[in-house]
Amino acid sequence: MKIIVCIKQVPNTNVIKINPETGTLIRDGVPSIMNPDDKGGLEMALRLKDQLGAHVTVITMGPPQADAICREAYAMGADRAIILSDRRFAGADTLATSYALAGALKTLDYDLIICGRQAIDGDTAQVPVSLAQHLDLPQVTYVTDLSVNGKLCTVTKETEEGHQILEVEAPCVLTVLATANQPRYMSVKGIMEAFDREVEVWNADQIDVDQSRLGLSGSPTRVKKSFTKPQKTPGQLYEVDAEEAVELIVSKLKEKFII
Amino acid sequence: MEKSDYKNIFVFAEQREGVVQNVALELLGKAHELAGVLNEKVVAILAGQGIRNQAQMLIEYGADEVICIDEPELKDYLTEQYAQAIHQVVMKYNPSILMIGATTIGRDLAPRLACHLNTGLTADCTRLEISEEGELMMTRPAFGGNLMATIMCTNHRPQMSTVRPGVMQRISRDASRKGEVIDFKPTFDASKFKVRLVKNVKDDKGKMDITEAKILVSGGRGVGCKEGFDKLHDLAATFPNGEVSSSRAMVDAGIVDHDRQVGQTGKTVRPDLYLALGISGAIQHLAGMEESDLIIAVNKDKFAPIFGVADLGIVCDLNKVVPLLTARLAKEIKK
Repeated sequence: MKIIVCIKQVPNTNVIKINPETGTLIRDGVPSIMNPDDKGGLEMALRLKDQLGAHVTVITMGPPQADAICREAYAMGADRAIILSDRRFAGADTLATSYALAGALKTLDYDLIICGRQAIDGDTAQVPVSLAQHLDLPQVTYVTDLSVNGKLCTVTKETEEGHQILEVEAPCVLTVLATANQPRYMSVKGIMEAFDREVEVWNADQIDVDQSRLGLSGSPTRVKKSFTKPQKTPGQLYEVDAEEAVELIVSKLKEKFII
Repeated sequence: MEKSDYKNIFVFAEQREGVVQNVALELLGKAHELAGVLNEKVVAILAGQGIRNQAQMLIEYGADEVICIDEPELKDYLTEQYAQAIHQVVMKYNPSILMIGATTIGRDLAPRLACHLNTGLTADCTRLEISEEGELMMTRPAFGGNLMATIMCTNHRPQMSTVRPGVMQRISRDASRKGEVIDFKPTFDASKFKVRLVKNVKDDKGKMDITEAKILVSGGRGVGCKEGFDKLHDLAATFPNGEVSSSRAMVDAGIVDHDRQVGQTGKTVRPDLYLALGISGAIQHLAGMEESDLIIAVNKDKFAPIFGVADLGIVCDLNKVVPLLTARLAKEIKK
């Protein structure tokens, strides 16, 4: 079985700070990581490899620095790693990004495509689903468990009310939650070997696409402006003991007619 | 593309087991407001099986027309079946705007549709406005809520957005509102139905929805343990409509279920009272609760960012405050 896992390198948004004067992100010193949902997807693929002997390819679109997460994927147990990196991809929204990825996947063999549900920098969850549409493949999103029997995938999908069990035939696209599993650590041997392995870098000429649909020109959406949220004026702050705290809370609740 | 060929604001009226979801009514409220600015109609798309009796309610909440797709193939939500049906509606009626709830269903459906329609989609919008040129301005948080971005889709139609439950506000139900119900018959290509629903399991978590609670007693790292959360439940129980919610830290620690998580990767809430106990207030958390009417925060750290959005901030040990407050409120509320 051949599995492709789509991964993305993201800034760790938990440690991002905003420059209050310019309203821009301070990216300096912010560590880049493999997107957590994608790592859950990679782990799911590697478990299938352990069980059934699958071949696992990771693919990412991004700058050459994305090499770091490709080597991390190697060290965890991936067999092949590809970075789509080209200035012509720059400025792509989710439609153009998924189009480029689909163009690359059309040149590869696969039985299963696994993506993370969403990336923590954008939180849109749109690329994997659009990818499925571009490739005309069925999809199951919010996946927390998977078992494969021949071409039949039995999938657990998380919903607001509980979960669903769904059956889907490969090839298909699955989007996985970070909470699906505990990703393995990189093995020492894997880390050593990862440095010597080749990470393929592909440009826009190496994939099956109409160039006009790439990057900014292939993106229907435009960011018109970005800004930091206007700050709310904070209320009063009191350093008090527990008895006084209760008095303050109760009088506030009465003032606002909550009680 | 001629923009003048595209008119009216369409809302996907998500239903589950025949029950229209709150987010659909919230979207109708927003669509009603935007349609007033554009002088266009609000059209709800109601898809399912045996759901036609819900159409009048959609009209009473702001729809001018309801396109009803009542088919056995649509009994349960399945991506391909729904995508085919809604795609055909869009192709026939050419809406200028299409709004979908950012639920597990909406987030599964919307990108599939947008990609098929070769148009743009903006996820999890927190603000929707019409520009002077009559274009939709879609504002959403990015980078974990650290930044807001206003996104437009000027050269493609429809302009599509998803909105999370609890973000927009429904209008008051008006039983005298009149509207038209149009039946739509899609042509299904069943050869593409590759996903089969084996079973739909509901567990307890669906019974409680923190986005519906008027009072939220919310605990963070400072609460510490399972026993600490039991005490928060006692506190919440003193209110007639109180529920317990939590920050991400407690969910990641396995102490609280994910469906009680407030924030960027959890739920957006806007209760009458948000009582933040031991929550430091990471930006991702604030993004999910800062629209609450009244925010009271208790934290030992006087520099905790939660105090930046709190109407009343108390620097104190919550473990001392909670039992006293529970006892006091039990008396006050009984009176």
